[in-house]
Amino acid sequence: MDREPIIIAFCCNWCSYAAADLAGNSRLKYPPNVRIIRVMCSGMVHPELVVESLSQGADGVMIMGCHIGECHYIDGNQKALARSDMITELLEDFGFEEQRFGIFWLSSAEPERFVEAVSDMTERVKKLAQAG
Amino acid sequence: MLRDSMNVGAVLIVGGGVTGMQAALDLAESGYYVYLVEKSGAIGGAMAQLDKTFPTNDCSMCILAPKMVECGRHANIEILTLSDVTDISGTAGNFQVSINQRPRYVDPEKCIACGVCTDNCPQLVDSDYDAKTGKRKSIYVKYAQAVPLKYQIDPHSCIRLNKPGKCGICEEVCVANAIRFDDAAKKRKLAVGAIILAPGYEAFDPTAAGVWGYGRLPNVITSLQLERYLSATGPTAGRLLRPSDNKPVRKIAFLQCVGSRDENLCGNGYCSSVCCMYAIKEAVIARQHVPGLSAAIYYMDMRTHGKDFDTYMEKAKTESGVRFIRCRVHGVEPYSRNGDLRLHYINEEGRQVEELFDMVVLSVGLQISTHIRELAEIAGIQLSASSFASTSDFAPVTSSKEGIFACGAFSGPKGIPQCVVEGSAAAAAVAGQLGLRCEETPPLPEYPEERNTSEEEARIGVFICHCGSNISAVVDVADVEEYASGLPGVVHVERNLFSCSQETQDILVDAIRQKQLNRVVIAACTPRTHEPLFRETLKSSGINEYLLEMANIRNHNSWVHDDTSQATLKAKDLVRMAVAKVATAESLRPEAVPITQRGLVIGGGIAGMTAALNLANQGYDVDLVEKSDRLGGNALNLKHTYSGVHVPMQVAKLIDKVSVHDRIQLHIETEVSKAKGFVGNFKSTLKTPGRKNRTIEHGVAIMATGGQIFRPTEYGYKQIRCVVTSIEFERLHELKEKHVKQGKSFVFIQCVGSREKGRMYCSKVCCTHSVQSAIELKREDPGRNVYILYRDMRTYGEREYLFKKAREMGVVFINYELHGKPKVTEVDRQINVDVWDHVLHRPVRIKADMVVLATAIVANAEIDKLAQLYRIPLDENGFYQEAHAKLRPVDFTTEGLFTAGLAQYPKPVDESIAQALAASARATTLLSKKEVYLDGIKAVVNEHKCDGCALCVDVCPYHAIELIEIDRDKDDQPVKLVRINSAQCKGCGMCQGTCPVRGVDVAGFTMEQLSHQIKAALEI
Ligand code: FES
Repeated sequence: MDREPIIIAFCCNWCSYAAADLAGNSRLKYPPNVRIIRVMCSGMVHPELVVESLSQGADGVMIMGCHIGECHYIDGNQKALARSDMITELLEDFGFEEQRFGIFWLSSAEPERFVEAVSDMTERVKKLAQAG
Repeated sequence: MLRDSMNVGAVLIVGGGVTGMQAALDLAESGYYVYLVEKSGAIGGAMAQLDKTFPTNDCSMCILAPKMVECGRHANIEILTLSDVTDISGTAGNFQVSINQRPRYVDPEKCIACGVCTDNCPQLVDSDYDAKTGKRKSIYVKYAQAVPLKYQIDPHSCIRLNKPGKCGICEEVCVANAIRFDDAAKKRKLAVGAIILAPGYEAFDPTAAGVWGYGRLPNVITSLQLERYLSATGPTAGRLLRPSDNKPVRKIAFLQCVGSRDENLCGNGYCSSVCCMYAIKEAVIARQHVPGLSAAIYYMDMRTHGKDFDTYMEKAKTESGVRFIRCRVHGVEPYSRNGDLRLHYINEEGRQVEELFDMVVLSVGLQISTHIRELAEIAGIQLSASSFASTSDFAPVTSSKEGIFACGAFSGPKGIPQCVVEGSAAAAAVAGQLGLRCEETPPLPEYPEERNTSEEEARIGVFICHCGSNISAVVDVADVEEYASGLPGVVHVERNLFSCSQETQDILVDAIRQKQLNRVVIAACTPRTHEPLFRETLKSSGINEYLLEMANIRNHNSWVHDDTSQATLKAKDLVRMAVAKVATAESLRPEAVPITQRGLVIGGGIAGMTAALNLANQGYDVDLVEKSDRLGGNALNLKHTYSGVHVPMQVAKLIDKVSVHDRIQLHIETEVSKAKGFVGNFKSTLKTPGRKNRTIEHGVAIMATGGQIFRPTEYGYKQIRCVVTSIEFERLHELKEKHVKQGKSFVFIQCVGSREKGRMYCSKVCCTHSVQSAIELKREDPGRNVYILYRDMRTYGEREYLFKKAREMGVVFINYELHGKPKVTEVDRQINVDVWDHVLHRPVRIKADMVVLATAIVANAEIDKLAQLYRIPLDENGFYQEAHAKLRPVDFTTEGLFTAGLAQYPKPVDESIAQALAASARATTLLSKKEVYLDGIKAVVNEHKCDGCALCVDVCPYHAIELIEIDRDKDDQPVKLVRINSAQCKGCGMCQGTCPVRGVDVAGFTMEQLSHQIKAALEI
């Protein structure tokens, strides 16, 4: 792949988006290829949006929410997690590798984890590109 | 309560810094009319001069500006700048205050802050705002984001004002005709019910002391000056250059305790509390400015006792490579004519060392200025020996005179969070005394009528923020501006130095009106902190507040990427995504729901009781829940506060007041077992053994669930008989137990369970506590040997006097490091404590009769359960996580919930009480209103698409969705649809993520909007 991969990251307002903010405050560095879309909760992300992102040309999609048990809306992230199997199946139907989708949990005080997740995902889709 | 007085609803606040602003906002929101008197030309105080704030490294101005703007436009706040209090008469509830308002020489009504006058003014003088590192003109504005944003003439340096007939250029060039050379002082008389003094502090001036070469050696600067050098708005625009030759700084030293903890050189015996942390912060930030910079901090004790401070220091050591050297440097010498500086010191191994530096920074302390002492005299209140306002630990914001309150750095050196806490606390104390109820509150500010934009084509305005240079240093903002103007629907683009400044708000309002904008994109920082501000601006410009989208090109871009071309590209993407999303934004109407005017306080310790009592005194009913069988909490184990207040007596008084107050409903031996609801409308179920569960309704809740003592497993605790914790010791001492009574040798070991892996935090109270006990032991019998083994003595603020006294009495202090902890052993009933002595550089063995372990304070076990019940976050050490470390220290991110006391972080009595009052003030800003407006971000059903499958009904966490029958079809089968109960809906979007037919959307985050964002992100 000669161009940098593009990753869409759905971040819940309360933990993961806040962690991304804090990554900025802490001046951590990460690859510039992630585009964050703020959602209220990880459980708000419809599976179709994941498919849509990939079909429109994204190389990877992340859903990031609060740690299990810490969702601002009781258990929205568990619902997101339950849905993620369905998403993987959907992706298969559409011919996308399942590695292109990832779901991550982090607290608002874990900017390092955010950076790690984003960097991991970038590596993952880069590998896919090399393999393919 | 002084309800009958005429002036009951008006309050005077002296000092427009962060403390005064917080007090003003809390009171104004609770319905009081506030006069905010500021001696300089603009509010903002010391915080406005800082570059970054610890421990989050937030940009200081960025977090302060929204608060300043809020003060500036609050209908209940009248800001009087350039004003001094000249006289106060009358009594509590009925004060008459005389104000002298010095002339500005610029008509604020006319000044449009264009800055042409400054550009043309020929007179240059040192800038106080830049701590004399830079220059300003004689006609100037205090700083770019000043509130009010009005120019002023400095009468001392203005040519015209000193030589009539000369100069006068500003008058000639001012297009607004705003210059008034004949302006004169105005006298005002104010009638108020209460007075809050929050005049702040001044930085210690090291010139006179001589030894550090300050004022003589140009490369010796103060920490405040460094702050300005690091700031994007400072004299070097954020580049760290040596004043003597503009050479980039490669090696920098910080000298701690300049003007603190030193009665000989500066006369300030106290510790200034904040310098250790700001020095670390400056070292870390300086390294970000100059990669590879070598930074060293020379200190006596590192006092990083606040929340997250120790972790911050550890990171500075391990990640930023800041060196920490424990020693006192006694002088700075010039090394060569090129400006290098030499430090001499004795290192920890006892060797003489000399080191060269490019720049030496003096970490100057905080002190009370003559001006403030005069103010205290006018107010007739008492000051402490070090000239701070005298308050008592159980009434930490109450001055010696009834009706007058003191808070912030004026009542003792302290950091920003504690200042904010005290600002709120003073508001609570005033309200507790004046007791204004919501029936009396004036109407809310009026907004212009909202323009109906629903039929209009999208006309989008994009505003791109430089954020000083936080964004523009990395992102090519001009390029982004040009790019944005070509995006569909965009009709207006402009750049602002600070999008959040008052000035920009006015610009925004004008642009929206003149260009008939109906959608706004702010490309700046994060919506999590700044969206409320811009929504407010949209409202005041007459369009719906939800027609707004923020593109986070700072936190998610310029701060995390270094490469300009990539960051600029990304900024364009983010702006494009925001434009795409906002294009289909719709006007939303926040729903008003009534507030239950009743508070719930969980925890019956001093924090909980104080909060409950204050709310009750303001006239609100309160349920106070305590899980044990008695009130008092941890305070029941304490004897004296640091300043000597007898705790049992004060606690008994507090318990009495709480028990008899007819507005306080006590629930002893009770726990909360269930909770639901939202701001203004909570329902909590209380469980008391042997009683039926009952559910109470409340509008707000304060979590004051306390902490507990860590049970140590080291130093032979529970194995060796006379090894006890400090609380156990206190009890034994009180009971005159024989080992204590007859003991001749006592060893205190500090930081037991604190500041190490797993609990990387300071428990804050233990140093002072041990010192107090040591003094007591010595007082009883000066022949006793008392040792305190410590890592850093953290007797911050005026607690330092106790430390000094202990040393004078002969208490021996021995420093140990984490890797060389003391060893406690017992041989033949003799306890031995072995420790490495850093002064003698050899191991010492102390024979002890008793070993006292200063154990950590940890969070209560039940905190997890409550956090779950009310959906509030905990920090990594298990304490409550407040909404913002600096500016929202007692709020939770969930509206309507607040915290106080040990449950948030270990702290002494006075700070717990201040926090409790603060929580009460914050709660009152809600309780004083009849209704709250719920966020308009809520689920909406698309009736054309919904087929009544009801999948969403099951996933809704709040049971806000129901299935209803709306019709019968031709086969007489019911036609069903879902309906949202919007008061219950919290906008989480679980329904939206589940619906198979896109039949339900959360307004502001609709499927359509998210799709647009995806598309925009990928169209390259
Ligand atoms: S709010 Fe973060 S996952 Fe639900």
